[in-house]
Amino acid sequence: MVTLPVKRGETSGEAVYFLIATALLDLVAILATAASHDPLFQFQGYIFIAAFTLGAFALTGGIFGGTLKSPQDKYSDGVIRAGVIATMFWGVAGMLVGCIIAAQLSFPRIFYFSDFGFLNFGRLRPLHTSAVIFAFGGNALIATSFWVVQRTCRARLFGGMLPWFVFWGYQLFICLAGLGYLVGITQSQEYAEPEWLTDLWLTIVWVAYLLVFLGTIWKRTEPHIYVANWFYLAFIVTIAILHLTNNAALPVSFLNHRSYSVWSGVQSALVQWWYGHNAVGFFLTAGFLAMMYYFIPKRAERPIYSYRLSIVHFWALIFIYIWAGPHHLHYTALPQWTQTLGMTFSVMLWMPSWGGMINGLMTLSGAWDKLRTDPVIRMLIVSLAFYGMSTFEGPVMSIRAVNALSHYTDWTIGHVHSGALGWVGFVTFGCIYCMVPWLWKKKSLYSNTLVEWHFWIATTGILLYITAMWVSGIMEGLMWREYTPQGFLAYSFVETVAAKHVENVVRLIGGVMYLTGFLIMIYNLVRTVGMPSSEPAELKANLAPAPLAIPAE
Amino acid sequence: MTYETMARIAQQGGAVYFFLIFLGGLAYAMWPKKRDEFRRAARLPLDEEI
Amino acid sequence: MAATSSTFFARHGKLERHSLLLLIAIIVVVSIGGLVEIAPLFYLQSTIEKVDGMRPYTPLELEGRDIYIREGCYLCHSQMIRPLKDEVERYGHYSLAAESMYDHPFQWGSKRTGPDLARVGGKYSDAWHRDHLIDPRSVVPESVMPPYAFLAKKDLDYRDVADKMRAMQRLGVPYTDAEIASAQDDLLAQADPTVSGRALKSHYGSKLNVRDFDGDPTRVSELDALIAYLQMTGTLVDFSTYKADAPANKR
Repeated sequence: MVTLPVKRGETSGEAVYFLIATALLDLVAILATAASHDPLFQFQGYIFIAAFTLGAFALTGGIFGGTLKSPQDKYSDGVIRAGVIATMFWGVAGMLVGCIIAAQLSFPRIFYFSDFGFLNFGRLRPLHTSAVIFAFGGNALIATSFWVVQRTCRARLFGGMLPWFVFWGYQLFICLAGLGYLVGITQSQEYAEPEWLTDLWLTIVWVAYLLVFLGTIWKRTEPHIYVANWFYLAFIVTIAILHLTNNAALPVSFLNHRSYSVWSGVQSALVQWWYGHNAVGFFLTAGFLAMMYYFIPKRAERPIYSYRLSIVHFWALIFIYIWAGPHHLHYTALPQWTQTLGMTFSVMLWMPSWGGMINGLMTLSGAWDKLRTDPVIRMLIVSLAFYGMSTFEGPVMSIRAVNALSHYTDWTIGHVHSGALGWVGFVTFGCIYCMVPWLWKKKSLYSNTLVEWHFWIATTGILLYITAMWVSGIMEGLMWREYTPQGFLAYSFVETVAAKHVENVVRLIGGVMYLTGFLIMIYNLVRTVGMPSSEPAELKANLAPAPLAIPAE
Repeated sequence: MTYETMARIAQQGGAVYFFLIFLGGLAYAMWPKKRDEFRRAARLPLDEEI
Repeated sequence: MAATSSTFFARHGKLERHSLLLLIAIIVVVSIGGLVEIAPLFYLQSTIEKVDGMRPYTPLELEGRDIYIREGCYLCHSQMIRPLKDEVERYGHYSLAAESMYDHPFQWGSKRTGPDLARVGGKYSDAWHRDHLIDPRSVVPESVMPPYAFLAKKDLDYRDVADKMRAMQRLGVPYTDAEIASAQDDLLAQADPTVSGRALKSHYGSKLNVRDFDGDPTRVSELDALIAYLQMTGTLVDFSTYKADAPANKR
């Protein structure tokens, strides 16, 4: 039974420290911006100054207005509500940019503007990947992890205002990175493009995140740590290790935005793809598997199929994933044994991946009718099907002979999107459809019919997207290696570019459909939040246990 | 220490290490005494209010 | 009371131990996997292929490379020719590890929306690059590449070039102090053939592209730097003296 010491309204004192720190950082940002002669450094400086100034005003208002109280006998759900909103916002932004760059590759004469360099493909592409992976995915991970760790530990989030610092600090990181790409701030490491100053800021935020998460686990009143939290913890810790190693860089000067990686040549390639692959493994897989391990049992109202399998799944997954990176470097100047090792582990990775998928799918055994009646469960289960598909495709593509064909082609893009749209996107949608009625105290969603529409439009969009990319990827791969009977290369490079036009257009249609489904979701959620509440405001979220009450349908 | 020796240590040691970790994880998951704890743990998401 | 608090702490201690144990186990499991793969590479430096001709980038090429990075060229163009028959025929000799030894970080890329650029140096004229970068479809009608007309209109900001070279030097790129001291002069000398390039050639050798790259001799634009970089890529190593079958070059 949970009885936590009740300390109300003690956050004001803590808020003063936050205010002092923010004001000091603001001062440092102003001085550094004034002292620098590098326009791009100054650009970052202005973002910092704006953020710190706004933060200082908000804190001052909160301290004097007395609105910063945090009741210790309740779960902190405000920061999770903010996280859900941020997830939706950045999701639209990231997917919209994705549609724009797909349109650029389909109709370059229309969607390029020769005097606006910041709208070129090379600037927008990192904006797209970072916005969907780190902004959409990252906010979903932070929000759901805060939900899951509180509920399964039966403890309020640790650290008073620290969770709010994590939230706003992370949004600042997103703005620094995203706006930075537009003006040309990048260190050219895929999925780790932000420069040193932004990396440093993310490090601070991430340490705070780890502290909040671990602190909540330490506060727990439940002896066992639920397996979803293992996955979250592995995600947070490993991303920290990857981030620090891959971004190790020497700034040109402390008032210059540019830095150079400490790694060079072959080492930098291996470190980058060790990072890149494990960003997939720990950010887009382990973290989202944590969501799966909580929300599928919760929504299906039955425990996970096998808890033991989930433990084997956990250790096998985190252990094997970390080795698989070199399959991104087949036939390059990387030593061959490292390539072979990467390939071997990639093929082995198939097993824990499917073990996890089966564990999730079988949770529904005996309740398969829910697939028909509950579109949210269907979304979660279909996400697992896409997970199974892309974790089968991945090992196949990591085989050297296959990779010789698939590498550098659109096939890779298709593979990534079957994982990103099908797995990461759908599992996130499913979890957020679950959480919004819980967080805003509604009996159910505004409309299940709209969820059906979202599901079918988005699924069709994904299928169009990935089949178009399979066709164009395999086609261009084959065209590149095609010889004429006389022994000459059959196609010039640009002929392979021209050949992909139809597939590029189909991909664009698929992407727009996926975005359309997402907009339907947001409309549905906004209407849900606008519905009358299902219970009096004060009764909610007490830590005292109550009978299970899930708004299942 | 040359590159070749480092590579050999990595390859052989890596195989042994991999095998041990896998056995360790499996043993922990299958430990008979843990059965009840795991059964209870699996219900954790269900036995709480929202 | 004392009893309760001591059991509370005992229980609390156990709870923390469990989570710390989990934390440490995760760190051990993920770091050893990475270390086993990556650590040997730190001994690889000594066994990178022995080649003639590799040199650090000239100041102008270094600035050009930074523009290449800034514009995200690496997202659509690889710089890594694989030892496959069609690639070697299409692009030239397969890429060596030695060719990117001064790249912080590497620019191998992962996608060929456009062709590989590892050996694009010298394949096209400066005028072709200029027209192609300003309006790709004026040269290659089916191209999907973005236009870079703004590069020709923007003066190159090279105030930091010496600082950049100093940072590279600290990371192990063999720039001499003299080269860093005359960075800006060397940069101007490479982009403007009317300036004496004697110091430049004594620093970076005589096999240098020294000319006005963007067709506008009145100034050094960002386009000058980018074309200078592109015209150098893949041309440094002297393959007439490279022995692919030598034991030191195998791995």
